[in-house]
Amino acid sequence: MLVNEKIAIEHGLKLDEYKKICKLLKRTPNFTELGIFSAMWNEHCSYKSSRIHLKKLHTKGKKVIQGPGENAGVIDIEDGDAIVFKIESHNHPSFIEPYQGAATGVGGIMRDVFTMGARPIANLNSIHFGSTQNKKTKNLLRGVVNGIGGYGNCMGVPTIAGQTSFDRSYNGNILVNAMTLGLVKKDKIFYSKAAGLNKPVIYVGSKTGRDGIHGASMASASFDEKIEEKKPTVQVGDPFTEKLLLEACLELMSGDSIIAIQDMGAAGLTSSSIEMASKGNLGIEINLNKVPCRETKMTPYEIMLSESQERMLIVLESGKEEIAKKIFDKWNLDFAVIGKTTNTKNIELFFDNKEVANIPVNTLVENSPMYDRKWKKSKLPKKNKINKTIFKSLKIKDTLKKILSSPNVCSKEWIWQQYDHTVMGDTIQKPGGDSGVVRVHKTDKAIAATVDSSATYCWAHPLTGGKQVVCETWRNLISVGAKPIAITNCLNFGSPEKEENMGEFVECVQGINEACKYLDYPVVSGNVSFYNETKDIGIKPTPTIGGVGLIKDYKKMITMDFKEIDNIVLVIGKTEGHVDQSLLSRIIFNENNGPPPEVNLFNEKNNGLTLLNLIEKNFIKSAHDVSLGGIITAISKMCIKGNKGIQFKKPKFLINEIEYFFAEDQGRYLIEINPKDFKEVSKILDKNSVHYDEIGKIIDKDMIIDQKTKLTIDELKSYNTNWLKSYMD
Amino acid sequence: MKSSVITFPGSNCDRDMDVALTKFGFKNKMVWHDDQELPKSDLIVLPGGFSYGDYLRCGSMASKSKIMHSVINFAKSGGLVMGICNGFQILVEAGLVPGVLLRNKYLQFICKNVHVKFDNKENIFFKNLNKKVLEFHIAHNEGNYFCTNDQLKEIEDNNQIAIYYCDQNGNTNDQINPNGSIKNIAGIFNKEKNVLGMMPHPERMIDESLSGEDGSIFFKNLLNNIK
Repeated sequence: MLVNEKIAIEHGLKLDEYKKICKLLKRTPNFTELGIFSAMWNEHCSYKSSRIHLKKLHTKGKKVIQGPGENAGVIDIEDGDAIVFKIESHNHPSFIEPYQGAATGVGGIMRDVFTMGARPIANLNSIHFGSTQNKKTKNLLRGVVNGIGGYGNCMGVPTIAGQTSFDRSYNGNILVNAMTLGLVKKDKIFYSKAAGLNKPVIYVGSKTGRDGIHGASMASASFDEKIEEKKPTVQVGDPFTEKLLLEACLELMSGDSIIAIQDMGAAGLTSSSIEMASKGNLGIEINLNKVPCRETKMTPYEIMLSESQERMLIVLESGKEEIAKKIFDKWNLDFAVIGKTTNTKNIELFFDNKEVANIPVNTLVENSPMYDRKWKKSKLPKKNKINKTIFKSLKIKDTLKKILSSPNVCSKEWIWQQYDHTVMGDTIQKPGGDSGVVRVHKTDKAIAATVDSSATYCWAHPLTGGKQVVCETWRNLISVGAKPIAITNCLNFGSPEKEENMGEFVECVQGINEACKYLDYPVVSGNVSFYNETKDIGIKPTPTIGGVGLIKDYKKMITMDFKEIDNIVLVIGKTEGHVDQSLLSRIIFNENNGPPPEVNLFNEKNNGLTLLNLIEKNFIKSAHDVSLGGIITAISKMCIKGNKGIQFKKPKFLINEIEYFFAEDQGRYLIEINPKDFKEVSKILDKNSVHYDEIGKIIDKDMIIDQKTKLTIDELKSYNTNWLKSYMD
Repeated sequence: MKSSVITFPGSNCDRDMDVALTKFGFKNKMVWHDDQELPKSDLIVLPGGFSYGDYLRCGSMASKSKIMHSVINFAKSGGLVMGICNGFQILVEAGLVPGVLLRNKYLQFICKNVHVKFDNKENIFFKNLNKKVLEFHIAHNEGNYFCTNDQLKEIEDNNQIAIYYCDQNGNTNDQINPNGSIKNIAGIFNKEKNVLGMMPHPERMIDESLSGEDGSIFFKNLLNNIK
């Protein structure tokens, strides 16, 4: 087929991008070459709208072994151990086909991690659906949960934490972000940089089929009414093959055969081969007839653009082919030498003894488009003036009931019970806590991981929202006693071609960056997902942050359940009474405007590190960060989990009770301490200028707020646990 | 005491079982499904996981593995064989224990702690167990035990029901049945009671930092019984 402007545009390229291709090649590309360019230059693979901003991110630190730019980030957890981790989106495919979309999202991120030589030890996910009234929501939720479970469970990797939210803005674009952590020895990390000439290029894993062709391009466009036609662009996953691939790769990696390895993810064979060549500043030559195919008569174009799952590309040391083949034979996986590295610095493809593509690698990578798109700055919205009489008309009990049973606060047990969260025998904190925690196998160390996002805050004011999400993950890690080390981010936004959306992106990234720098909590990996919009309606800006921290002695891990009667409960951090954008404001007052709570990075860091110090000194019996729904929502969860009550003590607050209990001020934690330690704890808090209120004492049963207001733990439980289950049944 | 854990393609609780057996004093060996010979063993364990991706039927392809000939011979000559979760499904498919395992009643994978009742202690697996109810862990999609009425009668007459899902006091009823199993059955013996298949994972309950410690009681007792 002859290539022209019309065909280029059908491939999602812009006219000037097509002209640039012709100029770089000094000729018109052929059809296969055009396909390769369109795959490499789409938003998903090239980061053309985001690169200029991502470059500014804080990515370095003492514990960072590998920052962004590899298959995943790597951090040092001492004793020669390292953690490899990354989060990635699979939004577009999951909306079209929820089971396979979510499943292959999980499969893809696990491959990114074991490509680097790490055995996956934990999965997390952050999933966002439309309004619970929307007729598609239930099926999408069911499909996504099945897909995540179907893949992760079969792989035998525990799913230890996650986040689920519902918001109208996701009605036409759900979000599925999957995160994986892997464990590796520091001196056994594998990279994707090819090296050496005439080294064999090996294809291993599943056969190539026609599934997922142009998946990455699909993920770089908005949806319209013809969305159903895109189903064939969704990949189909086979977790069994991936399990075999994992074991086979790790077996091969225990030797010294591999020079470089790269999984075939988005844009399949195209991006994997080009990335390895580009990083090694080499050329690569591939004979496409050697690629194992599962369908007949596949064309070079289809082979290069297929996104069939569970495949890897490896550059081997010469002469190691037999050793490698033996391992893949043992695991019943395809193994084929399909090409070699060259000094041409071109990617040269052959099919039926003819050259079918010949492109300089740098034109595809370094010369790919980069845009400094126009963006609009957001103003901080004005505070709402809340009529104080409205507080008097509210009953705490009714308000708490509504909030505990609201879709974004209620227990997500219905979801995580469908994920195997205990396989591998090292899960010491299950889903439902502030962070999931797994032990580092056969050591005293444990890794805590959490995933969070706050689209409402980001929508109200992107700069503050960006900061807030980072801090929220920081608090989640500290609440379990982990020292936060680094983050991975998944940046889900609408169309970058719209100034408002681009502005949201730029300012969220700026907020993330400020928080990361201040907290010394660098970004080591991530992914950008633009064009989350349908028929011109975009999602709320949803940067998802995955945070990872280290607990040196796992026996010192903290959980949120109240432990012992007569212990004292303190709130760390000051409650100013910020109600705008809180659940109280949105659910009870039906007020969606106003600024999000302010983030004070000094307090955030100071409060967090002081709490870590208290944990280190064994003063803390339970802890929980205060987030959505404020203090009383957080306390309710501690009561439910510990099956214990609390007798509130009237704190010396100036604001009224409703504001005090439901405000969403940042940088706060609830802690449980033994009364005998009170003096020492308050001394440490005072010395570090950390504000605290004594809020109550743990009792056998019932939450007693005042003489008139009492709730039983069973009441709290039923508000919190029943909603999702009855919604799904 | 010597044990062997078989690894099939897709097994994923093989390492966990190795850790548990070793912790409680077994000298354990890992055995590859494609091997012909079993090492000398006092106990063979078929671990949990998704052998062959659960394709065709759970456990069906693994039950035809090369090593299974030796496992079947070992069992028939009176050797101790234990199948956990997918291992139980493999035992069923190999015909070593009666019945079948259907998809869970609510069509969902379930991962949680459950209580199981032991009131059948005249066998080498459970004898001397001084507790009636233990807290174990389940993680499966196809654990809904089913058999025909005739088979059930035979199983009951031979006292082959090994364990039941129950509440913490040992009561069995529909409410606490997690997957729809007939009679709340969580585990089954063969007639001779040297082969045990069960859905719950004792190996995930061997440490106070994990979901619980009751698995330790089971393993310690098992080791003493075999000695």
